[in-house]
Amino acid sequence: MSDKVTIAQAFIQALPHARALGMVLDRISDGESIVSMPYDVRFVGDPATGVIHGGAVSALMDTALGAAVLSHPTAPASTATLDLRIDYMRPATPGQRITARAECYHVTRSVAFVRATASDDDAERPVATATGAFTLERPVGAQA
Amino acid sequence: MTRPPRNEPVQIVKQRRDAALRALVDGVPYIRFLGISFDRRGDELTAILTYGEHLIGNPLIPALHGGATAAFLETAAIIELGWSAMWEEMEGGRLDPSALTPATLPPLPRTIDFTVDYLRSGLPRDAYARARINRSGRRYASVHVEAWQDNRARLFAQGTGHFLMPDREG
Repeated sequence: MSDKVTIAQAFIQALPHARALGMVLDRISDGESIVSMPYDVRFVGDPATGVIHGGAVSALMDTALGAAVLSHPTAPASTATLDLRIDYMRPATPGQRITARAECYHVTRSVAFVRATASDDDAERPVATATGAFTLERPVGAQA
Repeated sequence: MTRPPRNEPVQIVKQRRDAALRALVDGVPYIRFLGISFDRRGDELTAILTYGEHLIGNPLIPALHGGATAAFLETAAIIELGWSAMWEEMEGGRLDPSALTPATLPPLPRTIDFTVDYLRSGLPRDAYARARINRSGRRYASVHVEAWQDNRARLFAQGTGHFLMPDREG
């Protein structure tokens, strides 16, 4: 593992909420990340169907997007979510792992515009998509 | 079941309404996992996110995880929608809350989309939210949610979502 991956994996492990949801950082590179989360009966939102709560999917998206922002080549010191919109395309299939793929599609000196897609085992049909804006805190003295 | 009598004892009224709210909330595992409860005053609900270390995103600040905040707002919106639909059925005498089980509960609305604005960082303490149904049709509903911590006027997050309402029988 490269230093960047080690640091990012440690970063996710250091986020108590991401750890509580069992999130794993599967990949990270210049402004892109893949984060996944296991199916767990504690995360169910609709007891009639066993489908995972949308809020757990939001947490996965937010984490993947934050990791993508921090991995951007301009090396931001920290980031925070300004806004996040999630579109739920279909219920995630109960029992299956959910994987979010996130990317920064445009970055300014102070804002990262990001998007992500979440899917279960059927990667052809996304479960949800997300778009958002994140703040970028530049390291002190940085010229970006 | 018929419409409840007007001079019903207050305790009976409260028992019925609290039982209905419990049936709606207690069946959802993720609500329990996050530690969300609901305070009821008449038909008005306030969602309460009881602080727990598992809600923290950035441990250095420390601040609530954006995903925990989003889930809290979305839950407040869904329960508000489910509750308002149930309230009419219950007060109209068409639904008996004491007979509700997770299996007989009316289906919950499904989120179509949800947008959260993060206005300031969520502090490591309890948070509150109230949802307002701006439009509720037969198929679609639009709900706005405001969340705050110490000061009702200083929101730390707000959200708007669209929901698909479950098919009603009849």
